[in-house]
Amino acid sequence: MDFLIFKAPMLMVQASLDGILLGILFALIAYGMALQWGVMNIINIAQGDLVILGGYIAYTMYLAGIHPAWGVIVSPILMYFVGWGLYKLVINKVVDRDLFISILATFGIAIVFQQLMNFIFGADVVVAQSEYGTTMLFDNSVTLPNSKIFSAFVSLAYAVALVIYMKKSKLGRAIRATAQNARAAKILGVDTEKVYAATFGINAALCGIAGALISITLTLHPYVGLPYTVRSFMIVIVAGLGNLPAVAISGMGLGLFEEFADYILGTEFRIGAVFMLLVFILVYRRFKLSKKREYLK
Amino acid sequence: MKQKDLILYSGLIILGLAAPYLFSAFKVQLTYLCVLIVLAMTWNLQGGEMGYNSFGNILFYGLGMYLTASVQVGMFFPLAEWTESGGEKTFVHTTAQYFQGIGVGLLVAAIIPALVAGAIGYAILGLRGHYFAICTLGLGIAAGEIAGGIEIIGAGQGFTTPPFPAEIVDPEARGKFFYFTSFIVLVLAFIFVKYIYGSRFRLILNAIRDNEDKAEAMGIQTMKYKIVGWMVSAFFCGLAGGIMGGLIGYIDSTDVAFDGREMGVFMVLMAILGGKGTLWGPIIGATLFHFFKEGLWTFILGWQYVALGVLIVVIVIYFPEGLMGWLREKYPERFGEVIDEKDRKSQVELK
Repeated sequence: MDFLIFKAPMLMVQASLDGILLGILFALIAYGMALQWGVMNIINIAQGDLVILGGYIAYTMYLAGIHPAWGVIVSPILMYFVGWGLYKLVINKVVDRDLFISILATFGIAIVFQQLMNFIFGADVVVAQSEYGTTMLFDNSVTLPNSKIFSAFVSLAYAVALVIYMKKSKLGRAIRATAQNARAAKILGVDTEKVYAATFGINAALCGIAGALISITLTLHPYVGLPYTVRSFMIVIVAGLGNLPAVAISGMGLGLFEEFADYILGTEFRIGAVFMLLVFILVYRRFKLSKKREYLK
Repeated sequence: MKQKDLILYSGLIILGLAAPYLFSAFKVQLTYLCVLIVLAMTWNLQGGEMGYNSFGNILFYGLGMYLTASVQVGMFFPLAEWTESGGEKTFVHTTAQYFQGIGVGLLVAAIIPALVAGAIGYAILGLRGHYFAICTLGLGIAAGEIAGGIEIIGAGQGFTTPPFPAEIVDPEARGKFFYFTSFIVLVLAFIFVKYIYGSRFRLILNAIRDNEDKAEAMGIQTMKYKIVGWMVSAFFCGLAGGIMGGLIGYIDSTDVAFDGREMGVFMVLMAILGGKGTLWGPIIGATLFHFFKEGLWTFILGWQYVALGVLIVVIVIYFPEGLMGWLREKYPERFGEVIDEKDRKSQVELK
């Protein structure tokens, strides 16, 4: 325990800015999860591994001499097809089954992805250098890597684009209709199978964008996918399905929580704190909901 | 007890007792098998019977592992200095100290996880379905991450459990000791689970699985039974963890103790492979899985996790009812299910 952060206002500004910028990134992943949860009723444990895979695509470009920032365009395109293939291969068989089956099946996918990434990209912690430099604020007491600012703006831009796409396009309307009532949508001529595949593809593409941004702002490692899954799951249960502003706000809240936990508890407990927060949120939610239940004790 | 059962059980016990002498090179594998069966059987008790699919029983397994080792060391030597010295053996257990330590350690490792399960049960078991699954997954991983940051139990560098006393010269002794300990735990667990299968408790757990709200409406205090069911699981998971800690000889927070990626998944997979909600399913599933794992792991070295992941996906998608479920579908009369022709016909007519 270290409460130094509360004595140094500059540290607090630093942590808050870091947290908010990071949180926007988390919100992007969470939006993908909310999308597929709402539409297909699937909880995808492999979400974080899709993110990491997207990051490795950008990292590969970096190794090939292309600036990794181009990953935010290339990675989602490739990841869309990964997601689409994954849907055709596995997910379409678990869509109508109970949620535990989908959790276990995607858990299996997550293990396969982790191990394949370990084979292909090695078990080292890697980062793609964007060489964007840093911005100094408040007499050089707060340092902000430009790559983080870049990632926040890209995330916001993609989120806005996606919202518009979901509102205006034909596919977006079909997706929303399927989310409301899959059976009715089917009767009215929506090819739900196609919609599901597209939804999973869009989710994977969002993961790809987030991964490409993570590759330049944070670090990549084949086995760090699960914390991203848990973060996005947490954001979705706090914000609810299909409520984008709430997703963004709770994403930022989570980012803030993490940065402060990092300072107060120490870096070694950071991931532990995230998972404990998940447990606390679920338990809090359980007690809140149980108050609404009407039965005799 | 019917005569057929008597022959079956006595045959199995004799086989279990003779196994370390018959396959003396495979004692470690046999110990693993016993532990896996215990884990699968107790997971099934709340995953299969109660319908609360937990990914977090690894929490109790790891807790039991750390507790056994800590008690075994802490009873005789300062724990902090032991972990500080790491592999350097500054303290040596005498034979008597070793066995006293591990005995008390296993006892503690069984009781404390059960109490922990009881304590967190009210909060956690109120969650339903997938929220419960994800929450327990989070608990298991959080425990691993937190244990990896606590200095007194070795933090990131791991905890070396006391080595088997050097005064015992018989090289077979260590393997036999751990095998028979695990076998005793297995027999105890089996007797207990079998007793539960014949009792009202199982019916209540089934009622909770099938429709919790209706069970509550029928006047069953579901929460009480859910907590007891989880505590039973935790009790045996802790024991299994304690034995494994002693057998492996080294505890790492995320790779050995709170090993959600291996043990935590294995126990779910084994129970599903054999068939959830049956007495023999998890046992058969665990045995099959162990043979598969040991037989194939060495041939596909490096690819074992890929194989594991594919196995999970295939089992979950194509055999969600498991082996016993498949047999049951095929030979319903063997399972004591009588299809009443008249009843079936009237059902058809109703439709």
